[in-house]
Amino acid sequence: MRLLEFQAKELFREYGIRVPPSRASDSLEAGRRDAEILGYPFVIKFQAPVGGRGKAGGIQRCSNSDEFEVRYPQVLNMTIKGERARAILLEKMADIRKELYLSLFLNRSKRCYTIIASAEGGVEIESVKNQIIREVGLGDVSLETAAEVAGQMRLEGEAAEDLADMLVRLSKLAVEKEVELAEINPLAILQDGTLAALDGKVITDDNANFRHPELAKYREESEIEEKAEKSGFSLVELDGNIAVVGNGAGLVMSTLDMLADSGGKPACFLDVGGGATTESVYEALSLISRMSSVTGILVNLYGGIVKTTTVASAFLKAYDDNTIDLPVYARLKGAESDKARVMLADSKTKMFNSVEDAISAAVTESGR
Amino acid sequence: MTDIFEILKGRKGESDHLKKGIIVQGMTGAYGSLHTRNMVSYGTNVVAGVTPGKGGQSFEGIPVYDTIKEAVEATGSNISAVFVPAKFFKGAAIDALEAGIKLLVAIPEHVPVRDTMEVLELARQKGAIVIGPNTPGVIIPEIIKIGIMPPTPFKAGNVAVISKSGTLLYEISDALSSAGFGQCITIGVGGDPINGTRLVDAFEMVRDLPGLEGLVVVGEIGGDAEEMLAQRIMDLGFSKPAVAYIAGRAAPKEKRMGHAGAIVMGTYGSAESKVGMFNKANIPVAKRPAEVPVLLAGKMGKSV
Repeated sequence: MRLLEFQAKELFREYGIRVPPSRASDSLEAGRRDAEILGYPFVIKFQAPVGGRGKAGGIQRCSNSDEFEVRYPQVLNMTIKGERARAILLEKMADIRKELYLSLFLNRSKRCYTIIASAEGGVEIESVKNQIIREVGLGDVSLETAAEVAGQMRLEGEAAEDLADMLVRLSKLAVEKEVELAEINPLAILQDGTLAALDGKVITDDNANFRHPELAKYREESEIEEKAEKSGFSLVELDGNIAVVGNGAGLVMSTLDMLADSGGKPACFLDVGGGATTESVYEALSLISRMSSVTGILVNLYGGIVKTTTVASAFLKAYDDNTIDLPVYARLKGAESDKARVMLADSKTKMFNSVEDAISAAVTESGR
Repeated sequence: MTDIFEILKGRKGESDHLKKGIIVQGMTGAYGSLHTRNMVSYGTNVVAGVTPGKGGQSFEGIPVYDTIKEAVEATGSNISAVFVPAKFFKGAAIDALEAGIKLLVAIPEHVPVRDTMEVLELARQKGAIVIGPNTPGVIIPEIIKIGIMPPTPFKAGNVAVISKSGTLLYEISDALSSAGFGQCITIGVGGDPINGTRLVDAFEMVRDLPGLEGLVVVGEIGGDAEEMLAQRIMDLGFSKPAVAYIAGRAAPKEKRMGHAGAIVMGTYGSAESKVGMFNKANIPVAKRPAEVPVLLAGKMGKSV
């Protein structure tokens, strides 16, 4: 789960990582109260799980209530990289001397946690220069290691001590909350020589959610995604019109790729899981029926153990009880496909021998 | 490195050659029992099951033990297939490694990464191989199947297939079998961010196999396991015919596509990066699963 900036900063505060005074809201009325408590000037920050907010105009200075009345609604109503604002963070401006970079992340190829630090922060990680990289096993960072990192960053005095302390705290957060990434960028050295986290990005391990009821309030799921999760499906909503359903993440991604290669626009990625049953396919169809943009459904199932007739009966059931009224283009690999084809002969489901043929029909008949 | 073929096939001349016994942890659960039956009907020699509290019972004539320690002591097996729910994986895996298991096939999906890392640390100390978690398993076609894969896609032969995805492994092995390319082994490394056996480790297990005629790599977006493998292939000058397939070219960034590990962060984990590295290693990348046998045949100078 990817936390928003203000949520990451809530965790930072909890772990004693210094952040500028700030308040989060999601309406103009609440924002006005926050502005009063915080006092001008401050910055208005767009909150959504995207990078590059500054460039897109999602971070605006605000020095009085006249500006506030114009800029708060403006930022609240923005869409950046397709994402609407989930909240607005009002934050006091920091008096910055220098911007640094600090993160702790799950290093997949080395299979350990890794610190990345740099004295040149404030840009995206790919552009951060002079990276100091240090592998730290399961994520625990001792004060000694942290002090060495501060030294490698050529920090001195209070800034060096602050950095070491902050890194130890970030490590504690990373270990206790089971993160994939905990990033402070920029991490600022303020004019008074102390450090503060000006932005924060935290991604936690979804598979560990069951151990972290305290993080449940940060979960963001659409109603459809929630239903999908309850059924044990993985669903990613996309902006096209052809729903893509299959069993197994790799197979569904592969189907999505081939659909896109043929000029089709996927409406969603829906993985019903490695197996496929009448119930799971029926449930998938009923989820898709709730998506208004869908004009056709592309189904790619590698049956293996399941019989295609079992799956075909799910389609028939969905048509019978009016769950769906959309054309289905299906490639079902598995036993009894001839029988399944006969079962579906008079329905809106067409069966194809290859996924390529199913895609071609879906694109031609259900539009691009 | 421990030789996976020796673990899976045993040594010639020994009584259990080609019928190595395996233990199933979580055998009496719905999932474990279904796949125990499927493995047995494939010919895998399942010698024991483990379910705490059900010791002394039997399932399909296979004795069940309360602990894996007892199962290992009774059978001498050093292979375990773990079918317990994700929450219980860490405990089951640690017990298995402590009991002397040398090959642990970790089937459950949704294991927390921290649990996997702790298990891998112990496996390293014990010199054991972990495949998974979130893997369909490993199969030497027509000899031994440890996992949840259906039997039909696989035929004995001389091509090794290593894959992050389960159903794509079936799909592509099926296409290979139909085109006359049987497999000497197929290994699902799993779709998690942290894998007990990475693609590069799976490659190391198979690359010196006598008679190996080709390698098929099935990757997907997320991480840099494919890049690491391509680099290793270049460094070694590995020259056997190899073909890759990468799923997720059309996936949006920063969205997890079903697998916990299938996510592009910035440019890290992108399909372009992986395809680029394979191209650099002179390994063609198929656009569609069905194209894999065609490209492999091309590499071998054959026609399909």
